[in-house]
Amino acid sequence: MTTQAKLVCKHLWKLYGNIPSQMMDSQYFPPTDNELEKFGVIGAVKHASLEIQDGEIFVIMGLSGSGKSTLVRLLSGLIEPSVGEIFIDGQDMLKMSEKELIEIRRHKMGMVFQHFALLPHLSVLQNVAFPLSIQGQSKSEAEGRALEVIELVGLKGREDYFPRELSGGQQQRVGIARSLAVEPELWFLDEPFSALDPLIRREMQDEFLRLQAMLKKTIVFITHDFDEAIRLADRIAIMKDGAIIQVATPEELVMNPASDYVGEFTKHISRAKVISAGSVMGNAKDGKGAEISQRAKIVDVAAQVVAANSPLKVVDENGTVIGSLDAKTVIDILVQQGG
Amino acid sequence: MDARVLEQRKSLALWLGLFALTWFFARFGASISEALGMEWLISYPKEWIIPLNDKVSALMKWLVEDVHFILFSFTDMTRALAWLIEQPYYFVRALLATGFEQGVGRRAVQIVPPLSWLTILAGVIALGHYAKDWFLAAIVGLSFAYLAIFGQWESAMVTLASVVVAVPIGVIGGLLLGILAYRHPRFDRIMTPVLDLMQTIPIFAYLVPILFMFGFGPVSALVATVIYAMPPMVRITAMALKAVDPEIKDFGVMSGCTRSQMTWRILVPSALSSLMVGVNQVIMLSLNMVIIASMIGAGGLGFDVLSSLRRLNIGGGFEAGIAIVILAIAIDRLSQAFAVRSSQIHPAPQGSNIFKRHPRSTLVALVLIVALIVGRFVPAFQTYPDEMTLTTGAFWSDGVKYLNINYFDVFEAVKIFFLTWFLLPIKRFFLNIPWPWFIVVITIIGWKFGGWKLALMNGVMTLFIASTGMWEKAMVTVYLCGASVIIASAIGIPLGVLAAINQRAGRVIGVVIDTLQTLPSFVYLIPVVMLFRIGDFTAMIAIVLYALVPAVRYAAHGVKSVSPDLIEAGIVSGCTKRQILTRIRLPLALPEILLGINQTIMLALSMLVITALVGTRDLGQEVYIALTKADTGRGLVAGFAIAFIAIMADRIINASAKNARIRFGLEAKND
Ligand SMILES: Nc1ncnc2c1ncn2[C@@H]1O[C@H](COP(=O)(O)OP(=O)(O)O)[C@@H](O)[C@H]1O
Ligand SMILES: [Mg+2]
Repeated sequence: MTTQAKLVCKHLWKLYGNIPSQMMDSQYFPPTDNELEKFGVIGAVKHASLEIQDGEIFVIMGLSGSGKSTLVRLLSGLIEPSVGEIFIDGQDMLKMSEKELIEIRRHKMGMVFQHFALLPHLSVLQNVAFPLSIQGQSKSEAEGRALEVIELVGLKGREDYFPRELSGGQQQRVGIARSLAVEPELWFLDEPFSALDPLIRREMQDEFLRLQAMLKKTIVFITHDFDEAIRLADRIAIMKDGAIIQVATPEELVMNPASDYVGEFTKHISRAKVISAGSVMGNAKDGKGAEISQRAKIVDVAAQVVAANSPLKVVDENGTVIGSLDAKTVIDILVQQGG
Repeated sequence: MDARVLEQRKSLALWLGLFALTWFFARFGASISEALGMEWLISYPKEWIIPLNDKVSALMKWLVEDVHFILFSFTDMTRALAWLIEQPYYFVRALLATGFEQGVGRRAVQIVPPLSWLTILAGVIALGHYAKDWFLAAIVGLSFAYLAIFGQWESAMVTLASVVVAVPIGVIGGLLLGILAYRHPRFDRIMTPVLDLMQTIPIFAYLVPILFMFGFGPVSALVATVIYAMPPMVRITAMALKAVDPEIKDFGVMSGCTRSQMTWRILVPSALSSLMVGVNQVIMLSLNMVIIASMIGAGGLGFDVLSSLRRLNIGGGFEAGIAIVILAIAIDRLSQAFAVRSSQIHPAPQGSNIFKRHPRSTLVALVLIVALIVGRFVPAFQTYPDEMTLTTGAFWSDGVKYLNINYFDVFEAVKIFFLTWFLLPIKRFFLNIPWPWFIVVITIIGWKFGGWKLALMNGVMTLFIASTGMWEKAMVTVYLCGASVIIASAIGIPLGVLAAINQRAGRVIGVVIDTLQTLPSFVYLIPVVMLFRIGDFTAMIAIVLYALVPAVRYAAHGVKSVSPDLIEAGIVSGCTKRQILTRIRLPLALPEILLGINQTIMLALSMLVITALVGTRDLGQEVYIALTKADTGRGLVAGFAIAFIAIMADRIINASAKNARIRFGLEAKND
């Protein structure tokens, strides 16, 4: 790899409960699941290794209790791992002093919480300005910047409202604005939309994608909703019982689930929305008629391909023909077979 | 199932056996031990008493007279502390009550008068409106007007001055200790038992050493008040900070808060509404204690009650007592309104200049200034004119006289009935139990309910009481307290159940209970003494009145919080209303009811010392005598004996409440 990953963790473990000291000895480590159970130790995160690239949306997906929150709390330095290493921009986070950590949190990280975690005694404006005033910025400076982000998330005009006067969706907009106020490079979101109604949730997802298109943050996004993961992710890590069982792009997940467990999630996903032309095309370069981009999702080109009498050309970014797509393949995917 | 029934039968047999044996010993123990020539079984021999009193007194004396730290002595330290507390106190007292004086003693001349009564009246009315609404303003205003019109103004202001000084010290001290306990679990672990002890040792017991260190006067009273009123603030602070939403704490860390930013900008503001409950508690406890502390020189309304009680001045006692009640209610309502207010949203005021932004403050300031100026020139506005005060003293005296003349026989009959059929038999029973046997019984009870740890604790504590020569007085304490708790439960629990199942009754009972709870413990003595004169029966009634509240509250809460599903299940299976109450609600509410009784016992024990004023012969009397003689050792040892009784009762009842909860599956069985 030529570029350095933004956030890296290596064989990260977080154990809860009364941990027998022998368990941590190198000769016995790592413990098996049976051993953990025998000693009543909870393996909230087990052997997690990840590399999160600059500017990507990295989604961590898993059912409730699978250790997602624990992992994101480890990555953001809220808790310390039992074993393992974390690097942020190549710096070892566990070796940092309290002061350095505070600096990093003040300038490099932002976090959005499931239940918003707004301070009830402060107005919207004061809430958003809070992280800035913690850093010692003057009131006018902090509120000036706060107004900008409030406008960015579409809450202009509600600066003087208090959190409890806002709807859930609006409260989370405040949470988002507040986490963006310090212009963080790393943005952690722990189930930010799970407490919202489905319609609002979709709206917020669109809003989130819009913001990311503008801001290009490095994002760690937690969700238990596979649809949401598919919709937002550049890459997804699937967690089960504290372990990461697959890391892949949404398309790879759907095409090649690593286990039946992952397959259960992907089964109900409309595959046409995930699979792109490039990954199912035939190798023959005999296509005729219109060109389709290899990145186009099947759902978007299906009508075109089916309507044509013969396979269509598939091209890469430079317009070079790299394969062809026929109607049968597309129809199979639309009725959710094979692939 | 069979095994469980067997188990239950076995323990029932054990209790019956123990009781029968105890009764047997109480009845015949005296004659048996006499026959055997072992009188020491009945009354603990004087030669065996460990002279702990003298040792503690000597230690105290040494502390005050001989201890020197490197640069200063212990006495220097207490003097400095006293000075620190004195300054704000004298200032506030001068402001509210006495005015600023120059010179000392009789030659003192007033150079600046205190705030006029009109100014203070206007001030509290404005506070009432600011905290809630005009209704509260009216209540508070009328209360203070009452104090002026009925001639209690000056005493009430002295009392208020103590409260005004003690409360901020208690609140800030409690807040800081609470934060410390929250931040350092180890400190919390040390702090919790100390707080437990502070709340179970009767107030008077620590009045004695304080008196010894700070001398008779308002400073001692203030120190005692702060010590008494602070513990709940510490507890509530630690609890409220722990209860702050963990996400909000995470947010604080993630925005890069330093520790102090975390405390003061995240935790304390988020917990504000709970903290205000603590502030209300500090205020009410301070008021209660300031009244009691009049015994060591706090002056004010408490002193008026005390001196009236001593002179059997019926009217004076009632007047001052009612003034206390009114002041307490006004302060309580005001501080509760502030607590509620602090959890509401208040948008920043809008307006072009400071007067438009704060119209009320401007108005109040104007009124205050006018009142101040007018007061300087028109004496009636400065000090409420004496010739316009009303006195109810004669009314109360006559009323009581009338009752005593016309119904003397009735009162006497009631009193004698209770004494002969209830109090005296219980007293005789406890006093006749041979002390070694009683120690054994208490130890066995501890072992049955809480395992060997509780057994050991009970054994050691009862032995302490015996070996310091407190046995007889402790038994009188147990008897008096036990009898009062029985009566209080017999009245309180049914009332609580009624309040829970009948809404209208619930509202009425709620108001009565709230009011009873705001009254300082002193107040209960006044009417009872007037009607029944002094003695155990009077003490019992006063204790019952004071200790009734938790019995009602917990019973009501317990019955109310039985899961509605269970009640519906009962209705569906055809229970009558009565069966639902007796088969479902009451058994499930039992643990809660037990906790209520526990609180009742605690309050009863703390009231004992106050009833010592009416001539009981128990540990409370011991502390009271120690107080009047400033005998530190005697006071502390008796105080610890009361605290031990309280702690044993507390642990035993808590353990049995826990057992009951486990039996009903409301709590998992673990340790
Ligand atoms: N502070 C803690 N103490 C003990 N166990 C914990 C703690 N935090 C999390 N766990 C356990 O770790 C597991 C993973 O929890 P979490 O990370 O919150 O899951 P998720 O966010 O995926 O729902 C759960 O079994 C949870 O009970
Ligand atoms: Mg979670």
